[in-house]
Amino acid sequence: MDFGIFAVLAQDGVTNAAVYALLAMALVLVFSVTRIIFLPQGEFIGFGALTLAALQGGQFPRLLWLLIGVGVLCFAVDLLAALRQRRYKPLPRRQLLWSAGENLFYPLLLWALAQSFDWSAVPMLGQILFTLAVTVPLGVMLYRVAFQPLAEASVLVLLIVAVGVHFALIGLGLFIFGPEGSTTQAFTDWSAEFGALLMSGQSLVVIAVAAGLIAALYLFFERTLFGKALRATAVNRRGAQLVGIGTAQAGRMAFALAAALGSLAGILIGPLNTVGYDSGFIVALKGFVAAIVGGLASYPLAAAGALLVGLLESYASFWASAYKEVIVFTLIIPLLAWRSLASVHTDEEGA
Amino acid sequence: MNTRRLQWLLFAWFFVFPFLPLPPYWITIGNYIGLYAIVALGLVLLTGIGGLTSFGQAAFVGLGAYTTAYLSGVLGVSPWLGLPAGLLVSGLSAALIGSVTVRLSGHFLPLATIAWGLSLYYLFGTLEFLGKYDGLSGIPPLALFGLDLSAPEAMYGLIWLCLGGCLWLVLNLLDSRSGRAIRALASGRTMPEAMGVDTAQYKILIFVLAALMASLSGWLYAHLQRSVSATPFGLNMGIEYLFMAVVGGIGQVWGAILGAAVMTGLKSQLQDWLPRLFGSQGNFELVVFGVMIVLLLLWARQGLWPWLAGAWARWQPPAPLPLAPASAPAGYAGLARRSKPAPGSLLLDVDAARKAFGGLLAVKDMSFALRAGDVVGLIGPNGAGKSTMFNLLSGVLPPSGGAIRFCGERIDGLGARRIMELGIGRSFQHVHLLAQRSVLENVALGAHRRGHAGPLAAALHLERHEEARLLHLAAEQIRRCGLAEHMYTPAGSLALGQQRIVEIARALCSDPLLLLLDEPAAGLRLQEKQALAGLIRQLKAEGMAVLLVEHDMDFVMDLTDRLVVMEFGSKLAEGLPEVVRNDAAVLAAYLGGIE
Repeated sequence: MDFGIFAVLAQDGVTNAAVYALLAMALVLVFSVTRIIFLPQGEFIGFGALTLAALQGGQFPRLLWLLIGVGVLCFAVDLLAALRQRRYKPLPRRQLLWSAGENLFYPLLLWALAQSFDWSAVPMLGQILFTLAVTVPLGVMLYRVAFQPLAEASVLVLLIVAVGVHFALIGLGLFIFGPEGSTTQAFTDWSAEFGALLMSGQSLVVIAVAAGLIAALYLFFERTLFGKALRATAVNRRGAQLVGIGTAQAGRMAFALAAALGSLAGILIGPLNTVGYDSGFIVALKGFVAAIVGGLASYPLAAAGALLVGLLESYASFWASAYKEVIVFTLIIPLLAWRSLASVHTDEEGA
Repeated sequence: MNTRRLQWLLFAWFFVFPFLPLPPYWITIGNYIGLYAIVALGLVLLTGIGGLTSFGQAAFVGLGAYTTAYLSGVLGVSPWLGLPAGLLVSGLSAALIGSVTVRLSGHFLPLATIAWGLSLYYLFGTLEFLGKYDGLSGIPPLALFGLDLSAPEAMYGLIWLCLGGCLWLVLNLLDSRSGRAIRALASGRTMPEAMGVDTAQYKILIFVLAALMASLSGWLYAHLQRSVSATPFGLNMGIEYLFMAVVGGIGQVWGAILGAAVMTGLKSQLQDWLPRLFGSQGNFELVVFGVMIVLLLLWARQGLWPWLAGAWARWQPPAPLPLAPASAPAGYAGLARRSKPAPGSLLLDVDAARKAFGGLLAVKDMSFALRAGDVVGLIGPNGAGKSTMFNLLSGVLPPSGGAIRFCGERIDGLGARRIMELGIGRSFQHVHLLAQRSVLENVALGAHRRGHAGPLAAALHLERHEEARLLHLAAEQIRRCGLAEHMYTPAGSLALGQQRIVEIARALCSDPLLLLLDEPAAGLRLQEKQALAGLIRQLKAEGMAVLLVEHDMDFVMDLTDRLVVMEFGSKLAEGLPEVVRNDAAVLAAYLGGIE
């Protein structure tokens, strides 16, 4: 292997690692705030890339149908919950109105927007924002429908629910998008040569966006009241409740962030790979392997894990491409053994 | 007719099934239900009862199937050798994965099994000698004494016999000393370890057992299908196995069959009907399964079997299991007992024990001693370090300095299991009982270290003599504590005071010399306190030493020989109750001093 190939593989590895790092952050965030191991994260990768591809191709973003459907379900859940408590307290009209706005009118508004513009002519940033406007509320609604009623259940029950949601979304994804994948337009066609290394602008964009997002997340958690509230919930749910932080609110926020990071990851890999409705799952699982390095608790270690996974995958694809996935997923066993030796034993009472 | 016999009778019905004039398609469905139920049964043991979740069982099925496929299909070895070979491969991999994850908290194992399931799936699909994604075909059928078992009807008999055998073994295992230890695993680590259960070992055991059952299912599958490929051993199938166990009732042995039947039947119906309703593009049974599992966990987290069993119990209340023997079984008198120390001899000697959490000294150079027959109260205001002191004595926390000796032997730094073996029994501040199980079973868990039969003997029920001795021992302790009428009541339905006494009976099962009781009177009513005090006096009269950590002044003043008072981690006073009661420093600590 000469230096040129070495450098190309490194560049590939770091580019992928940037995406895994985003996913790992989202997984750590969701787990620490809600104790949910967010397997459906992968579906948002597909949703993000395919919605952007539909907008660029001048097609109607069909994910909106799912948003409208889940929105109706969400409103029904809110309405039923309110009706069931009618005996004890008057109907919370303002809350219901708010719920109708969020869950019924907002998706319709998006639908009208999607119909009335030629989105393929809009600048890419606008397309990306519109994509996020569809996927982020979907994350929040999923939390409301599937997870919020079970917020106090054990980690394992929540994990099984997450698997259920993953199954449902995969099945619906095939129905909505069909079996074919798409690629999105390149962010840039700039590239530069440094000796033997051809530096692609595409990779630079991915790395820069991921680094920027990680920095933004850092600022969000360190500097804003909302970010601090999320961290407080992660440290101690009961304590956070006692000082007036709504854990449902925190859960919604965590899911919004996870949906956003997931779709952004999909958008970032979209120009480089053909993304289908189900290709996100494997990508997200690699994010998991990275997150496990940090014990699902540490952001910097998760980022380091992402780098490890990305580079390992990249070099494995050169030497033993057929065994690429086997190597990456088997990595989890030595990693867990290492964590097992490194971690001071903590008892998980009633977990 | 009793419930257990009815369950086996229902099971026997499945053997009549292939002789009925039914379309062959039904036999195929029946074969799959049996194959899936074997895997789901392993998951019931692992997840429902032991509290460990695995999404990777399909990979173990695959290991079993590929091993026999390669040995018999490619190398031409007898298919009957494929079974032990497959069991060996799966068992060893499960032991490896189990040993790296059992020490980590609960959610790492499911994640590891997801990764493991994926990596094996890709491995099956990539390896040249396993035929890549095309798989292996031309696997010979099974034959027994010249009898050809290639017909689906013949395989049906074999599959359901295997399932029946696994059921029998699992039911036997659960009704034994090992079974009680397995049931205790789900409640965390502290309680079972304090009862002498090696939690890590038992966790690996059930993980390996579940993998072995999966591997058996894979062996049957390979010789039924006569070909294998990677797809049925992928992650999706692994998830479906778990769904089956959840739908049937995750903690229920019989729920495994029900869950496998419901899911297999539903899947074949859905695959027929959904494309007609929605068109062929889409994987709608996946959506239905996903939504169904979410709804089930929202509304009926226990699954279908408890619901059926509940309806049946209204007709025929189930008989309690296990039953205590009516009289002392053979060999009961020969059960090893500790020699009692002479009254007044030194038992526990705490010498300058200390515990630091970072910069905080929770216990600062505490020294006190306990002699045989002493009842000593450890009291102090909230946050004085009593519970930390208690945890140092019982081995939940290692001390940062000083020495603790029991019967002359250093016990500081030993684990809870070893300390319990040396003769220190304990109860818990927050009651740690298996709420669903009977008082007898809960108490018998305390006798774990007094039995020696391994899981294999238990699964074959070869240890019935020892089991009878252990149950009789437990029943004796229950009578000693005055709870005989509640022997078969689920522990969770007793009043709090009675539950605390159950914990004491459980501790007594280990034949302790010293009993540590952590706030035994907290939350009790007056009569309950009086009953508890009566029990402690009786134990003292029998020569037991008791250390009470307690808040309730009236309770300890009447009961104890001596009091040790703690404040801010150190000893404030020690002496006779009436002396301590009038000690100025103690009064100041409790009531606030006059500056």
